[in-house]
Amino acid sequence: MELWYYEQHTDNVRFGIKMNRQLLSCESDFQRIDIYDSYEFGRILILDGFLMVTEKDEFIYHEMITHVPMAVNPAIENILLIGAGDGGAVRELCRYSSIKNIDMVEIDKAVVNACREYLPSISCSLSDKRVNIFYEDGLKFVRRKKDIYDLIIVDSTDPFGPGEGLFTKEFYGNCYNALKNNGILVNQHESPYYANDARAMQKAHKQIKSTFPISKIYQAHIPTYPSGHWMFGFASKTFDPIIDLKEDMWNGLNIGTKYYNTDLHKGSFAIPNYVKELLKNV
Amino acid sequence: MKKYTQKDAPLFDALSEHNLNRIVHFDVPGHKGGRGNKYLTDFLGQACLKADVNSMKPLDNLCHPVSVIKESQVLSAQAFKANEAFFMVGGTTSSVQAMIMSCCFPGDKIIMPRNVHRSAINTLVVCGAVPIYINPGINKQLGISLGMSLCDLKDVITKNPDAKAIFINNPTYYGICSNLKEIISLAHKHDMKVLVDEAHGTHFYFGDDLPPSAMSLGADMSAVSMHKTGGSLTQSSMLLTGQNIDADYVRQIINLTQTTSSSYLLLSSLDIARKNLYLNGKEIFKKTLKYAQYARDEINQIGGYYAYCSELINGDDIYDFDKTKLSVYTRDIGLAGIEVYDILRDEYNIQIEFGDIGNILAIISAGDKEQEIERLISALSEIKRLYQKDKIGMLSYEYINPRLMLSPQKAFYSNKKSILITQSAGRICGEFVMSYPPGIPILAPGELITHDIINYIAYAKEKNCLMTGTRDMEVNYICVVEDV
Repeated sequence: MELWYYEQHTDNVRFGIKMNRQLLSCESDFQRIDIYDSYEFGRILILDGFLMVTEKDEFIYHEMITHVPMAVNPAIENILLIGAGDGGAVRELCRYSSIKNIDMVEIDKAVVNACREYLPSISCSLSDKRVNIFYEDGLKFVRRKKDIYDLIIVDSTDPFGPGEGLFTKEFYGNCYNALKNNGILVNQHESPYYANDARAMQKAHKQIKSTFPISKIYQAHIPTYPSGHWMFGFASKTFDPIIDLKEDMWNGLNIGTKYYNTDLHKGSFAIPNYVKELLKNV
Repeated sequence: MKKYTQKDAPLFDALSEHNLNRIVHFDVPGHKGGRGNKYLTDFLGQACLKADVNSMKPLDNLCHPVSVIKESQVLSAQAFKANEAFFMVGGTTSSVQAMIMSCCFPGDKIIMPRNVHRSAINTLVVCGAVPIYINPGINKQLGISLGMSLCDLKDVITKNPDAKAIFINNPTYYGICSNLKEIISLAHKHDMKVLVDEAHGTHFYFGDDLPPSAMSLGADMSAVSMHKTGGSLTQSSMLLTGQNIDADYVRQIINLTQTTSSSYLLLSSLDIARKNLYLNGKEIFKKTLKYAQYARDEINQIGGYYAYCSELINGDDIYDFDKTKLSVYTRDIGLAGIEVYDILRDEYNIQIEFGDIGNILAIISAGDKEQEIERLISALSEIKRLYQKDKIGMLSYEYINPRLMLSPQKAFYSNKKSILITQSAGRICGEFVMSYPPGIPILAPGELITHDIINYIAYAKEKNCLMTGTRDMEVNYICVVEDV
């Protein structure tokens, strides 16, 4: 028997993975959750039919969304993580002994439970004592916070489902308000390649740019995401992601990474011309 | 004839049956189920175009309903606990027209608060009835007009015992209800009919923990905007009548102005909406109330805004409050409601119902999502953080007591000339000036123009309210009555 999973990357492009077997399929209050075991990518988390994370290539995404801001400001102690229910970003952050507190706000408890059970290599640090998990709407949570976080990471789904509110101007404004004077906001920033993803990327960039004095984007290559070319947003009140990179200090921490290094850090902010063009006049 | 229950939708069933029969059409509409207009079909979908049919025997005729439309109307009357229900396809404006024209001849007096919707005063221009205005109370702090005070009504009835009817909007756009029960009893004692503009009160008939509906209190007629909170398509409405109204005469009145090509999309949406409300209404409005209350609590926690509710109730001109309404007072953060309304749309992609000088109104329904309510709350908190100003210099809304010099009809049809609004003080207005929404006239035909009114119009324009009603599209000139 052949079991294939397909994700529609556009109306005319599909991405397929041959699966071995299904491990979980359930419907939460917010979305449908599926976990499969595949031959090529190990275990895979799928939400509402969209691939979220695979055991094989998750390290790229999770290293890039966490180590980039940490290398710019290694003094970060208090972090707000929004979304991130699989635990991958938490796992990377927990490698810094300097971090004192991580508030993780995930709207869907069922996702966290599923990842704890079926994706232990990703969710392994969710029980770290520095991690506080809040199961509520990210927009609501951050609205009530003022001037307390050094870093906010928005590790959300696409803006077409439960993650919709996390791509809005009001959300970025609330984040600005929740960050300290030298705070950094990093977010999953969609892809520039296919038109629908590119529109979401442009919109997010426009909203962040109008909220934060410094707003840059950087990229990574993630084989299982549409087009493989994925963007992250780096916005801050004071830090420039390249000028303020603490290269020696970060390298001195000896955090063994598979994808991230400080040379790549600098290079990831160098973006292709067509992407620059897309973001020029947003 | 089949015995129908509230689980049925006779008109919808007949339409479905009609489509299954694969009738060949040599009648209008000419798009013939969409085949004749591919662009439109691509846009609206084939099911929609196939339901857009003409009146015919199996589908009845709204002008003279005898079969499926009649059955659907009977079910609606039962659901709303009315004697008769009429499906209306000209919006609640047509229901309001039909109510007034059914009860007033030319020259008859009708008692109404001045903050009625334009459709009511428009009808007076058409039918020649004369308004006796009751001053709606004003909440000084919020600058919103309130309900009808029983005391004022008694006074007006004593002075005008010959009035034929009392017209009342209940609830108001902001959610304020009058003491309808006592008003009806007082009116009936004086042989006056009670006509209720219940445009914003469809849900009163189906939800729990809401103010009572007009029909349940014995009103003679009520105009219900099914499309506003009842879930039918825009422009569909229902007119309900009580036991002392001659429904056959009302039908004749409706047919004076109603189209003979009524849309089956609108009609079937009324049929299906009634079924849905009857079967699921309690649940739907419970959810609406929960959302509205949550949003009020959260908005009040932001500080600076005031999302008001039943604490306003005073036993008189705020006799009750519709808690599904999310009305928010914004002036304390130094922003006019219309400014917040514009910022929400332009900066945050959030469209709310309206903003006036001091308030905004968001319509909450079961169609909302929790995440979207959160967006509204967060956007309001951001607007306060980024745009808050000193409130000094902001104009508060004052009720300007109109001085009616001529009947609306006489003023509208008199010789008029167009002059600059700024120079129109002391003249009699020959047309309407409205700020839209809410569509309540600032000036109506026959009223004396004063400096206060001119200042108010200038301020509303400066704050970018959408001004309508005048012949001059720019609202710089106004038509005044030339000679009296």
